[in-house]
Amino acid sequence: MQYKMQAKNLNLYYGSKQALFNISLDVPSNKVVALIGPSGCGKSTFLKTLNRMNDLIDSVHIDGDIFLDGNDIYAPDTDIVYLRKRVGMVFQRPNPFPMSIYENIAYGPRIHGTRNKNQLNEIVEKSLRNAALWDEVKDRLNDSAMGMSGGQQQRLCIARVLAVEPEVILMDEPCSALDPISTMKIEELVAELKKNYTIVMVTHNMQQAARVSDYTAFFLNGKLIEHDITDVIFTNPADKQTEDYISGRFG
Amino acid sequence: MENQVTRKAYIEDLARIQEKIVEMGIAAETAAKNSIKALLNFDKKLAAQVMENDDIIDQLLIETEDACILLIAKQQPIAHDLRVIATSFKISTDLERIGDHAFDIARITSNLEKPFNFDKSHIKALSDCAISMINMSIKAYKNADVNLAEKVCNEDDNADSLFAKTLTEISDHTLAGAVPEFVFISRYLERIGDHATNIAEWVIYLETAERMRKTKKI
Repeated sequence: MQYKMQAKNLNLYYGSKQALFNISLDVPSNKVVALIGPSGCGKSTFLKTLNRMNDLIDSVHIDGDIFLDGNDIYAPDTDIVYLRKRVGMVFQRPNPFPMSIYENIAYGPRIHGTRNKNQLNEIVEKSLRNAALWDEVKDRLNDSAMGMSGGQQQRLCIARVLAVEPEVILMDEPCSALDPISTMKIEELVAELKKNYTIVMVTHNMQQAARVSDYTAFFLNGKLIEHDITDVIFTNPADKQTEDYISGRFG
Repeated sequence: MENQVTRKAYIEDLARIQEKIVEMGIAAETAAKNSIKALLNFDKKLAAQVMENDDIIDQLLIETEDACILLIAKQQPIAHDLRVIATSFKISTDLERIGDHAFDIARITSNLEKPFNFDKSHIKALSDCAISMINMSIKAYKNADVNLAEKVCNEDDNADSLFAKTLTEISDHTLAGAVPEFVFISRYLERIGDHATNIAEWVIYLETAERMRKTKKI
């Protein structure tokens, strides 16, 4: 199997407090990997190590390795801006820029050097189509993104990530602020996107992990307890703690 | 907000389970038909084929059950979707039992040393009734046809009475050496009719959420 990303013996500390313990996890190409576990288990912290978002926190210290296509992303010569272009992120709450729908999408490609208007138009349309949003917004591209519904804003944020042509998309509870129909739309979108991208998704919703992911990793107290094919995790998990968590006995 | 189909993969998975049930139904009906054909024509080759093909039905049962278990674990089916899953478990078991009875009839044929030499019209009538009940119950399932399902349930009395007639016929004749086999065959055919009736009752439940027992609401 081809792995897009791999974590090997990863430890992470906030100051002197250790938050992740010896995590080794493979992320196969063009698959959806769900990270589940109770609050504070380290799943979001781990997600952020995959595109070095934790660098923004001063007290964070990391040892171990994370590879993207076999290259260590924590190597000293890593271009972090380029890394975050390749490994994009969608956050819990939709966070569109306070500008038009068009400008939200065009912003990323522009800062990466695309100036040609026709090319930008193409990128905006393609990104919105791939985020299953084009039909809903094509007639109001110049309207403010702030007037969109929450579900539309989140798909806009996904389109914004797609506009810079990432290879991996990290999603940190992308549906937690959305209603059920918008949630289902995002889940459908994820199923479509994995044809072209590799996706790692943190979710508090175990049923969502079951529905959308190919692989599921269960975190508890900063440790990776178990990871396997989602079908196996939800029908016959190897670890009693995983079974207790997914069947709602704790957490 | 515009309406769009969500949960495409889930809907496809549900449809695949239903297709598998129909596939299994066709296989079970073919097995029953061929087992009787082999018996009436003393065709040991066909009997052997029926026995061999039973593995296909058994495999379809496992695949159906596994698919149902996965959907329950991963998709939280409710309402009609949940009834699709629940009835698939039940109907697939009935179909597997029909396959087993066809296997049993084929085994009797393959163990016969010479053809039966007496009037087979009662066995033929009973088997025609049972096989048409399987056919109708699967059609009812495939087309969500509650009326046809009710017809199958009503037909069960006919199967029972043909079974009784066949038993009388057997006891009225001296069929040296073959009586126990014929009692078994008649019994298997009557049971096939019962399983087809069960399937029809599950079709009614699937489409109306009402539990039936021979067209009586319970």
